[in-house]
Amino acid sequence: MAEKFSVKKYLRDLKLPFCPGCGAFTVMDAFLRAVYELGYEDLSKFVFCSGIGCASWIPSPYFMADSIHTPHGRSIPVATGVKLLKPDLNVVVFGGDGDIAGIGLSHFIHAARRNLDILVIMVNNMVYGMTGGQVAPTTPLKAKTTTTPYGSFEYPLDAAKLAVAAGANYVARWTTAHPNQLKDAIKKAIHAKGFRFIEAVSQCPTAYGRKVGFRDAGEMIKWFRENAITIEQAEKLNEDGLAQKIVAGEFVERKRPTFVEAVYRIIEEAQKAEEN
Amino acid sequence: MKAVKHGVYFWQGSEACAEAAILAGCRFFAGYPITPASEIAENLAKRLPQVGGIAIQMEDEIASVGAVIGASWAGAKAMTATSGPGFSLMQENIGYAFMTETPCVIVNVQRAGPSTGQATKCAQGDVMQARWGTHGDYSAIVLSPNSPQEMFTLTMRAFNLAEKYRTPVILLSDEVIAHMREKVAVPPVEKIEIINRKKPKADEKAFFGLVEVPPMPAVGEGFNVAVTGSTHDEYGIRFTSDPKVHRRLVERLNSKIQNHVEDIADVESYNVEDCRIGVVSYGCTSRAVYEAVENAVAQGVKTGYVRLKTLWPFPEKTIKKLAEKAEKIIVPEINLRQIFYEVERAAEGKAKVIPINKIGGGELIAPEEIMHKILEEAKKGDG
Repeated sequence: MAEKFSVKKYLRDLKLPFCPGCGAFTVMDAFLRAVYELGYEDLSKFVFCSGIGCASWIPSPYFMADSIHTPHGRSIPVATGVKLLKPDLNVVVFGGDGDIAGIGLSHFIHAARRNLDILVIMVNNMVYGMTGGQVAPTTPLKAKTTTTPYGSFEYPLDAAKLAVAAGANYVARWTTAHPNQLKDAIKKAIHAKGFRFIEAVSQCPTAYGRKVGFRDAGEMIKWFRENAITIEQAEKLNEDGLAQKIVAGEFVERKRPTFVEAVYRIIEEAQKAEEN
Repeated sequence: MKAVKHGVYFWQGSEACAEAAILAGCRFFAGYPITPASEIAENLAKRLPQVGGIAIQMEDEIASVGAVIGASWAGAKAMTATSGPGFSLMQENIGYAFMTETPCVIVNVQRAGPSTGQATKCAQGDVMQARWGTHGDYSAIVLSPNSPQEMFTLTMRAFNLAEKYRTPVILLSDEVIAHMREKVAVPPVEKIEIINRKKPKADEKAFFGLVEVPPMPAVGEGFNVAVTGSTHDEYGIRFTSDPKVHRRLVERLNSKIQNHVEDIADVESYNVEDCRIGVVSYGCTSRAVYEAVENAVAQGVKTGYVRLKTLWPFPEKTIKKLAEKAEKIIVPEINLRQIFYEVERAAEGKAKVIPINKIGGGELIAPEEIMHKILEEAKKGDG
């Protein structure tokens, strides 16, 4: 690892599509740094699946790698087929909160339940950014968006807690104000087994920040830093107190048997039974 | 037991479909329970692991096709099976499979719709959905078996066409054919044609164009393939505004099917050259046509038939030829007119096209009903 880290090493020669100040830059950087620090010279041992939305453009087609850019919300089912057929590859799903926790939520829960051996990185910017800033399942209560001009009247979803309840082997949440912790979580998750979920709370200054009173990306990141609390601190707060905070850290780390192990054990048993 | 051996079997249509898939090289199935298609999933859940394959049940039909697409890009021949309601859910990912040129097989065992309809009752109401179910411009390959034997041969053909043209292929069966039990002959291995997708050479980079059917790498083979359902160039790079890139891609996706109708469209025909009355049918309904035509001929009416083994692309030339010979063409279907309009269009007014339609309760169109129509129309004469 003598040469200095550069994202270019892992990217196609294309102009990145993200708005100035977008958190996707930070998440992309954290992921590629993690890959670099783990010693991967290229992305040939990875396959990326992503759906529709800004975060889905992180790998597709910018990563110099195999990438499958699926319909909205369907990255996890496609990743299921890929991983079962190619168990030796690292299958990584990138998606936004709309993609993973909105339209694709059922797939997310079931993949966690099966403990499917993939890493899902959800870039949570709390809004549908690509379509111009509509309310998302993760939008904080009372936040103004283009489709909630009087403020959101729905409770947001805690995707990390849901992943823990559904059976994921590893779950962490960090923000773009915590790039090192995010990178370290990705490093750990890449080499862990089973279903791994990392939520990266991220800023969308264009379609969300300015509507809720932030002047720029910097202000949003500052807000993340000042309002992030640990899981231990969160335990002492009630629902109203929690609503203003971002609970960051590792929610679970366990070693339940994985889906790939189960599927291949079935094949072995079926073939053995046939021989007898 | 690995792949099934040469011989004659007494199989249900669903069983024949499952065994044919394995012989064709299918090693991945993902599905969701639905009447009357669940038997295909059940057969493959038992059989695929025995041959080293994978059969899983997903959370819905959307996810089922998604997993099939992922498996196909990982290099496997893959399939799913469903019925109307599930087929409706699958349309989104079927469109994605067309756009990304992902070979796969989707079996739709038709039941009575719309919506939940009559889950256990036979129908032929998804003919147009199979052709036009997803959004945008595309050309579908849709095959229509009329016996357990054809559930076998057309499942194999579905895989071969999917691989040859790099496209999803729909096997449009129905409740009667999938549940019927009949003799099925499995040919010796050396007589079975198996087509596999064209793989790229080591230095190739264009997996989405330049030639009519481009080579397809699998993920993990070092090609850095970028797959997307958005409009893309030959190299898989998105072009979401460029009219030329969109036209080039979507027109090729259509022409790679439409330029090969002769190869894809397959029919069984009888007496087309010398008939006054022609009958055009497919699937379960075509079984009644055999007897109806035989009886009409016995009663002195020159009758012929065309049985569509391929519904889409529509075997237009065959129907045109029939219309030039026959005065009238009778089209019996278990729906409220679907392929009828296509026959009428292909006939170009050269023959009068007459429908027989019946729906509901799984009641089939009986041979007598078709025969009476043939005799009645023959008696009426021209016009």
